[in-house]
Amino acid sequence: MEAVTAPAVAAFHVTKKFPGVIANEDVTFDVRVGEVHALLGENGAGKTTLSNILTGLYRPDDGWMEVAGVPVDFQSPRDAIAAGIGMVHQHFRLIPTFSVAENIALGTGHDPVGGRFDLKKVEERVVEISESFDLPVDPRAKIWQLSVGEQQRVEIIKVLYRDARVLIFDEPTAVLSPLESERLGVTLQTMARSGRSIVFISHKLGEVASIADRVTVLRHGRSFETTSENDVSALASLMIGRDVESVKRSAGAIVDSSSRLGPVVLEINDLHAVGDRGLKALEGVSLDVCAGEILGVAGVAGNGQRELVEILAGLRRAGSGSICVDGESLENGSTRHPIRLGVSYVPQDRMGTGLAPDLTIAENMALKNFRRPPVARPPFIRQSVIDAQGRDLMEQFDVRAPSETTPTRRLSGGNVQKVLLAREMSGDPKVLVIASPSQGLDVGAVATVHQLLIDAAESGVGVLLVSEDLDEVLALSNRIAVMYEGRILDTFDRAEADAQRIGMLMGGQLDVSA
Amino acid sequence: MSVNDNLFVIIMASAIFYGTPLVFASLGELLAERSGVLNLGVEGMMLLGAVAAAWVSTNVGGPAIVVLPLAIVAAMIAAGLGASIHAFLTITLRVNQIISGLALTIFAGAAGLSSYLAGIWQLGQTPVKHQFGKIDVFGLSGVPVVGPILFHQTLLTYFSWVLVVAASFYLFRTRAGLHLRAVGESPQTADSVGISVSRYRYFHVIFGGSFAGIAGACFSLMIVPTWVDGMTAGQGWIALALVIFGFWRPDLTLIGAYLFGALSSLGLTLQARGIHISTALLTALPYVMTIVVLVVVSNTASRRQLGAPAALGKPYEREER
Repeated sequence: MEAVTAPAVAAFHVTKKFPGVIANEDVTFDVRVGEVHALLGENGAGKTTLSNILTGLYRPDDGWMEVAGVPVDFQSPRDAIAAGIGMVHQHFRLIPTFSVAENIALGTGHDPVGGRFDLKKVEERVVEISESFDLPVDPRAKIWQLSVGEQQRVEIIKVLYRDARVLIFDEPTAVLSPLESERLGVTLQTMARSGRSIVFISHKLGEVASIADRVTVLRHGRSFETTSENDVSALASLMIGRDVESVKRSAGAIVDSSSRLGPVVLEINDLHAVGDRGLKALEGVSLDVCAGEILGVAGVAGNGQRELVEILAGLRRAGSGSICVDGESLENGSTRHPIRLGVSYVPQDRMGTGLAPDLTIAENMALKNFRRPPVARPPFIRQSVIDAQGRDLMEQFDVRAPSETTPTRRLSGGNVQKVLLAREMSGDPKVLVIASPSQGLDVGAVATVHQLLIDAAESGVGVLLVSEDLDEVLALSNRIAVMYEGRILDTFDRAEADAQRIGMLMGGQLDVSA
Repeated sequence: MSVNDNLFVIIMASAIFYGTPLVFASLGELLAERSGVLNLGVEGMMLLGAVAAAWVSTNVGGPAIVVLPLAIVAAMIAAGLGASIHAFLTITLRVNQIISGLALTIFAGAAGLSSYLAGIWQLGQTPVKHQFGKIDVFGLSGVPVVGPILFHQTLLTYFSWVLVVAASFYLFRTRAGLHLRAVGESPQTADSVGISVSRYRYFHVIFGGSFAGIAGACFSLMIVPTWVDGMTAGQGWIALALVIFGFWRPDLTLIGAYLFGALSSLGLTLQARGIHISTALLTALPYVMTIVVLVVVSNTASRRQLGAPAALGKPYEREER
């Protein structure tokens, strides 16, 4: 049979450009029937764009694709679905107010407008699929009632319901605890063994090495190599394009300043708060951060980390509990008071909450000290001082941009983060609260940002680092707290911290023996 | 005095009579909003419908049974054309929906296009030739209490009931309705499963807009019945509030429309009975309630809690990076 030899899906010389960015350039790879094929690359390497092309959401500017040996030209996602390609998106494509069955049935069936839909039949089929692939889920539950892991199962069933032969998973483990990730890996392999093909997009070397049959490496939008290599360090150097040793060393040079800890600068006591939906987000969080230390808060996204940092920055009101900065208690829900007390804040949403994208670098850097001389000369501000300060900080923090008057929206992710850190570190803060500092940055920028955090701690600032990336937390922190469902489950010194135990706690698994 | 002259019966019957245009207008707006497009042009589209219907009824020859349906179709087309401007601006050009909708009301509304057309056509000097009168359904209008309320209304009222039932069935029992709600809740999700976001939005904005045309025709063919400049008197805004008031559900919107209809008619009814409450106060009541509802809903957080379509007011663009 010829169909057996033809790859399930293949891309040839695919190129996709966006204004100012080449997302994919000359990408060629093929996925065999029944294999788990990983697309490995750093953030910004073009993985997501490529998968959006494969699923018909974008059209390539150049190059073509084949499904089972036949050239295809997808005009819309409908064409890709019809060709048997389905995608499990990183940000789930689910409608919170709809039931599981409704979400799964959405867009299926091609009867004319006005046709009735039979929810019972959908529900039966959902149960059937969920049983045969061990993806337990209640078809009648509403999406907003489900955990993130369950929602992902709905996404997977949604694709299987459409009889997809090729399933694309975009960073599926980003939202999962280590335990859930492991389980997902098994599911992927089961699906591949059943004759489907899996495209697994990730930047996590460990899971790529353990799950994938073959790996295609993407770098700066180009496909580099397809290999069946499963040695982590070999994959790492392929992904980064240079030897990993240097990266490892710069990450390893960090730890152990534990002996030089100062007094407590940030004290959080029994903090309670509700989230956006009115559900409890924090249920009695207590933490303290000493001067000169980095306290890492590990946890899967959505366990109250965002609410915690927003309360510290005054962007959200706490329900009860107290926060003291250097002995002085923080006003609830004021953004100016934490700034006055010396709390610096680098949010996860850097362009939205952190910076004003249309203002210049220099202006953004002055956003926190424009009230005081020398920038202020009430009722005016002095543009020349702002620009001079901007130039100084750009040099000091190695911000690469044409000039201090460049709007920040034109900067790369790494430079954006450096502008933010420059502003937040320049006012001699006592506490630095930073959320997901390396998310979306390339490896070089990550190293720089990490070094800046270490410098900050060594200069006596108490750093509260909140990150979903466990490796980052382990690499930087003096102490590590694990957050789960609005609580701090445990706190470790770096020396006693054990990645596996932390991983269990991130999944809410308190009992080690379980 | 018969039981049917009872104050309650009279107020209920006139609530349904005066609430009928509100049912059409808010039902149309509901469809547009379910697709994620807010259309503040209801008032303008109603006036376009009113003027088109008045023209047909005055100038087209033939028996009422031919002319009146024609007038309704003309009203739907006129308002639908107005809505298609809004659709093009907000869906294709992704203009701010609030600004586009306001512009539509200003452009088409009182002292705008509708007045201009009425001027050229010399409408408003006489009553329209054909109008919708109350009919006695199955001869039941004399039945105590329910007779005058339910069985002595105009055809437009009965038509609006059919539409409410049809819209409920469409929204919650058909595949297209599921798709429509998906587009309004999360266009990204709808797009990713192959539902055309812009097709659904165009269709429901224009079709929903044509309902506002029928609402306008209710004024010029049933309530007044002639052309008066700006005759909808802000009822389009009340219709907007009703959609929220009814939690984006056709059945609840109908109840809300009759509640507002009762408030609108209360002044007249009470006056006729010689009960003296300030009419200015009574006439102002529906508008006060409208303002309260609109203030509540302009807050994003409370809008979420009321169950508004999550993507309401947001343009959708696929290649967002």
